[in-house]
Amino acid sequence: MQPALSIKNLRKTYDDQFEALKGIDLDVAKGDFFALLGPNGAGKSTTIGIICSLVRKTEGLVTIFGHDIDKDFSAAKQFVGVVPQEFNFNQFEKPIDILIAQAGYYGIKADIARQRAEKYLRQLGLWDRRNEISRTLSGGMKRRLMIARALIHEPQLLVLDEPTAGVDIELRRSMWEFLKQINDQGTTIILTTHYLEEAESLCRNIAIIDHGIIVKNTSMKVLLKQLDRETFVLDVREELTESPMLESYPVTLVDGHSLEVDVARGQSINEIFIELSGLNIHVISMRSKANRLEELFFDMVEKNLIDVDRGQDDE
Amino acid sequence: MNNSQKWIAFDTIVRREIRRFLRIWPQTLVPPIITIVLYFVIFGQLIGSRIGTMSGLPYIQFVAPGLIMMSVITNSYSNVVSSFFGSKFQRNIEELLVSPTPNWIILLGYVAGGMSRGLGVGLIVTVLSLYFADFSIHSLPVTIAIVLMTSLMFSLAGLINAIFAANFDDISIIPTFVLTPLTYLGGVFYSIELLGEFWRNLSMINPVLYMVNAFRYGIAGISDINIVWAFSMVGLFSVLLFFLALRLLENGSRLRS
Repeated sequence: MQPALSIKNLRKTYDDQFEALKGIDLDVAKGDFFALLGPNGAGKSTTIGIICSLVRKTEGLVTIFGHDIDKDFSAAKQFVGVVPQEFNFNQFEKPIDILIAQAGYYGIKADIARQRAEKYLRQLGLWDRRNEISRTLSGGMKRRLMIARALIHEPQLLVLDEPTAGVDIELRRSMWEFLKQINDQGTTIILTTHYLEEAESLCRNIAIIDHGIIVKNTSMKVLLKQLDRETFVLDVREELTESPMLESYPVTLVDGHSLEVDVARGQSINEIFIELSGLNIHVISMRSKANRLEELFFDMVEKNLIDVDRGQDDE
Repeated sequence: MNNSQKWIAFDTIVRREIRRFLRIWPQTLVPPIITIVLYFVIFGQLIGSRIGTMSGLPYIQFVAPGLIMMSVITNSYSNVVSSFFGSKFQRNIEELLVSPTPNWIILLGYVAGGMSRGLGVGLIVTVLSLYFADFSIHSLPVTIAIVLMTSLMFSLAGLINAIFAANFDDISIIPTFVLTPLTYLGGVFYSIELLGEFWRNLSMINPVLYMVNAFRYGIAGISDINIVWAFSMVGLFSVLLFFLALRLLENGSRLRS
């Protein structure tokens, strides 16, 4: 099946000779919910900028639903909606005017544009604020306005560059629900985010980019299976002065009432409670120390950093 | 995009531009009107009455076409330069750049917006000038044609300035150090016949001179310049600026990384 997005040997070197992308290949299937993760400066925003033609590529081929962004840019652009990282709308205009103007840039008639604007402003909880100057909207509202604007021409590929940055957790979760709905209706979504929990709960496939190269491109399930250990934090009733010795698990004392226990993949956690009970230590609560994806992400980026450093040393 | 969609995109840009300058009318419409009224009062009535005639016309009738043209020039230019640069500064120009709207439609849309303000202010100033000076139209086609071409040319120039501009200083440098001297030395207030040969020849490279004189011919029937030559020069400058602006948009100069 034709991918929603296909990237071949994509390179970008900026005028200051900074090589942001070093020949990446990436395919995103139609209907996918895809995460593009990476640390700051890894090349995520450059990749997105090229997809939506705000950044000029140095080399490579990008096709959107089979349309080359160079040779068939008009058709390619009709398929893409983009929600950038920074607010990029006229802050002195009203949300309703911003949406109707954006529809006009895609050649959509005014009556259809008004219907769609109402639909998306209502869905994103902005309808009551449609006639207020956009500058007066809260940060979360501005982000939702950019999502509504990106959807106004009903694109088949929606690209979101850190859409929930600076958004409170309640609003973030409502945005997740909205994006899941859009995806369920058939829109392919590419998401970059710093909230790895967000990627883990929303995305089916993932690529990790670092120093302009893709260090991992696989499904979320396969990636999470690579996790070989998980750390749990146990809160205990008793006051502890030193770390208890458990036979099968490394344990670290965090403070007088908290322990960290490392559990290998496939290892049962029942034994932890049995062994602690034998030492008269009672667990009152338990949680995973970190997001699982976060652990993998750091491992991969760290490994890539070592490889990059080694490569530089070799030169 | 088919032709109908292109028309919708063009219409959207023009309407947005008109809405913008009407929304901020105290900044866009009132100042040029006050300025031009002051010119009429000071140069036309107070000083003009002591000057007598210029090229056979009462001084106020001589300067009126130049003052109208001056308002068309400055408003066409400043509308496009401030709107386009404002869009760059706020980054909402990206709304257009990510869309399938062709660059030539973006160019025409902004230019039409600039012309709307330039011609609108020009019309208001013309109506006001009737209070200060009696004049009739010598040639309506010449008057309309030259005012349209002038507005077009300076809207294009404003767009080019905005594309190159990296900060707010850059959008005031050209109007202050280039546009204003060209306008003041473009025969608005005097006939170039008053100048010595060197300065008269130097004035001939000033495009504003051709516009002001062609417009004065359209209204009063007198000109220091051959009208055909004036139209040719303005047409040539407009074509050059159009293709330069289009090339800059196509290259994404200072718009795309």
